[in-house]
Amino acid sequence: MAQKIYAGVPVDVNEEGYFTNPAQWTREMAGEIAAAEGITLTDQHYAILDFLRERHARGETLTIRSVGNSGIVDIKGFYGLFPGAPMKKAAKVAGIPKPASCV
Amino acid sequence: MANEEFPLKKVCIICAKGTIEDVYAALVMGNGAVMEGIETKIFFTFFGLDAITKKTMNNLHTGVVGNPAMRMPGGLPFPTLLGVIPGVEAGVSAMMRSQMDKLDIPSVKEFLEMIDAGGGELYACKLAMDMFKLTKDDLWEGVKDVLTVGQFYEKCGGLQTQIIFT
Repeated sequence: MAQKIYAGVPVDVNEEGYFTNPAQWTREMAGEIAAAEGITLTDQHYAILDFLRERHARGETLTIRSVGNSGIVDIKGFYGLFPGAPMKKAAKVAGIPKPASCV
Repeated sequence: MANEEFPLKKVCIICAKGTIEDVYAALVMGNGAVMEGIETKIFFTFFGLDAITKKTMNNLHTGVVGNPAMRMPGGLPFPTLLGVIPGVEAGVSAMMRSQMDKLDIPSVKEFLEMIDAGGGELYACKLAMDMFKLTKDDLWEGVKDVLTVGQFYEKCGGLQTQIIFT
């Protein structure tokens, strides 16, 4: 298993850079991971990260639709906040595994 | 690895059939591509136009006659003769839609909205529109344009592009 250092702390990641242990994640690390993706985090980004982490902890399958229904942002806004591949990028920044969902 | 060196950049999907399963195949693949950050264009033609026609988009049907893959709940084969009884097809189609709803699979309209929100482009086929006597006003408002097949192909150029026919 690979390791990366975020905010001065080594964390376990898989070969694609997704956290394998979400408990190792801290809010300070998020800014650093996001910067590597070319994203500067705002409060709205953090609200989405919290939402995704909470849903993941409950064992739910994460879909782009659930983010759209979260009340934080609509789907278009989500694409705007995490351009390109929003679910994958947001999951990476949130320190959770790559979402395994087709919708 | 060719996959890493030449990742897919653009997919052009052609949806030519109007049954629930054929339309969803196109929408799932299209939305999936948009979610991956792949440029996505979907061309709806012939009965596929039902998926973007306001009047029909949320009431698609499935084929219960002559469909050997059709099963009863529980897995027994679905006899074709049953499918000709009035109301059976509507019941099966409604059951299929409710099952998809349970799995958090969006409705056709919501799926199109998701694709549109992510920058995916939806097009209607001019020839099929003329055939079915449809105008742009009959189509869902997110449809970008009505194109000839040649115009659609013009949009499908470029390296690392695939055309998918569902």
